[in-house]
Amino acid sequence: MRIKDIKKDWTRNKSVYLLAIPVVLYFLIWNYIPMGGILLAFEDYTARGGIFFSEWIGLKNFIDFFQSYYLWRLIRNTLVLSIYSMIINFPAPVILALLLNEVENQYFKKVVQTISYMPYFVSTVVICGIITDFFAYDGALTDLLFKLGLIDQKKDMLSVKEAFPHIFVFSSTWQGIGYGSIIYLAALSGVDQELYEAAKIDGAGRWKQTIHITIPGIAPTIIIMLILQVGSLLSVAMEKVLLLYRPLTYETADVISTFVYRRGLIEGDFGYSTSVGLFNSVVNMLLLFISNAISRKYSETSLF
Amino acid sequence: MKIKETPGRIAFKVINTIILAALAFVCLVPLWHVLMASISDPTYVTQHSGIIMWPLHSEGHPVTLKGYTVVLKNNSLIRGYANTIFYVGAGCLLCIVFSSLAAYCMSRRRTMWMKYLTIMLTFTMFFNGGLIPTYMVNKFLGIVNTRWVIIAMGLISIFNIIIIKTAFQSLPASLEESAQLDGAGHLTILFKIVLPLTKATIAVIALFYAVGKWNEYLTAAIYLTNRNLYPLQIILREILIENSGTSEVDLSTLGNYDLYKKLIQYSTIIFATLPILCIYPFVQKYFVKGVMIGSIKG
Repeated sequence: MRIKDIKKDWTRNKSVYLLAIPVVLYFLIWNYIPMGGILLAFEDYTARGGIFFSEWIGLKNFIDFFQSYYLWRLIRNTLVLSIYSMIINFPAPVILALLLNEVENQYFKKVVQTISYMPYFVSTVVICGIITDFFAYDGALTDLLFKLGLIDQKKDMLSVKEAFPHIFVFSSTWQGIGYGSIIYLAALSGVDQELYEAAKIDGAGRWKQTIHITIPGIAPTIIIMLILQVGSLLSVAMEKVLLLYRPLTYETADVISTFVYRRGLIEGDFGYSTSVGLFNSVVNMLLLFISNAISRKYSETSLF
Repeated sequence: MKIKETPGRIAFKVINTIILAALAFVCLVPLWHVLMASISDPTYVTQHSGIIMWPLHSEGHPVTLKGYTVVLKNNSLIRGYANTIFYVGAGCLLCIVFSSLAAYCMSRRRTMWMKYLTIMLTFTMFFNGGLIPTYMVNKFLGIVNTRWVIIAMGLISIFNIIIIKTAFQSLPASLEESAQLDGAGHLTILFKIVLPLTKATIAVIALFYAVGKWNEYLTAAIYLTNRNLYPLQIILREILIENSGTSEVDLSTLGNYDLYKKLIQYSTIIFATLPILCIYPFVQKYFVKGVMIGSIKG
């Protein structure tokens, strides 16, 4: 790269570079400068000292977190909610897509699709409002659970710590199953129809066709979605937890991101809170790279 | 070629239909319950347990729209609505302008430095500073507790840029070259030629952004304390989850507030959700398309 080339490039593409300035500035200000703010994690932050003159305490924030009473509870809750959620909410849209794929009446298929996508467009706040209402002492679902004998007495289910993970996970199933199936339906429509014709001639029934053609056909999509899921294992949908948890259910509902939010923004403990957040995003990044590497090795499908 | 169906296949089809119909029912029923309860007589709503399938009423206790009249008089709710419309409108416009600028620059061939921009943007997919440092940057810029912070947060994402860039790159290069020969500058090419030709993709991005912005509450919860700037979702949180925020409700016409509390909550849900649910069936095909565009790059 010589000076002459740079000059030539500049005269030719000057206006493109000028156009890029707002974009570069946006990413510098809101993505890169905050990365520098990670310094906070190694400081005993005080408002007077600010980010540059607060006392440098090295890894003390991290050590405090690893020795804290909450460490185990936060990691356990985060993992329980995300793994439980993955076990239920990852296969659900795949199964729905496979079932929809077997429907021959296009009109019925369309109606089911339209209705099942709908909850996705209802806001988190409204969803949580409906959950709060349905699981209140005299709520519709509390009533149903009581009549089915799943609970001994009616109570406000959102104050029951054992109930929180179930409410959290299954309300997400309700909201996401239809919308999640779109991507698999798209993959299904891309499976080569000639394969089915060939299988029919060979005498394979529908079940065999599903096992040997349909599922392998959409496997790359499933794997990509799985990698993305594993990569966000430690980021539980924080908005929803914040709306649904209460001090009574912190024992099973408080996750790393909500802890960061409370300690940092409500209690003002910036340094400590940043270090916990940093721990969270580093683990997430490692999980993403590890799952991607494993997948690339064994299935030849990978994200990057 | 019609193959005779086996009994197993017929049984499967029946069960499959039942499962899917049940699923559609379950997806619809909570919203239906809220809609029906919102026009029922408040005394019955308070006493009723279980799902409400039809408006609860009797002679002397007719179906009522009282919940809605109260909701429409709630000034913070109306102001929240107006604020949200502003955030969605202004945000959408800026999102499209910035994202397409970025995508346009990144799709320029024969530039020396643009590939570094791509790397710089892609890195933000994997790592970010987190909540507190971002908060401090906004504080330093002096935009905490202003409308700007709501618009700035999440304005451009690398995912949107990649999708738009892919659409731009699918256009023939000769198109832009001939425009350039005619003396058109980059801005003219972008806004007069490239954007109109890729408007389907742009519409999908705008739609996704708008729905996300309409439903977002966390940014406002973190950055806003001025009630006059609150978007709809924050007001909804007060009414539905915190059971407060009704201080501005005119109760004089109602008398017994406790009786009407549920009714007001149900009416609020319908009032806040109806616009999205009404528009949704018409734009559904764009969302489906958007998910597919997203999956191609994946």
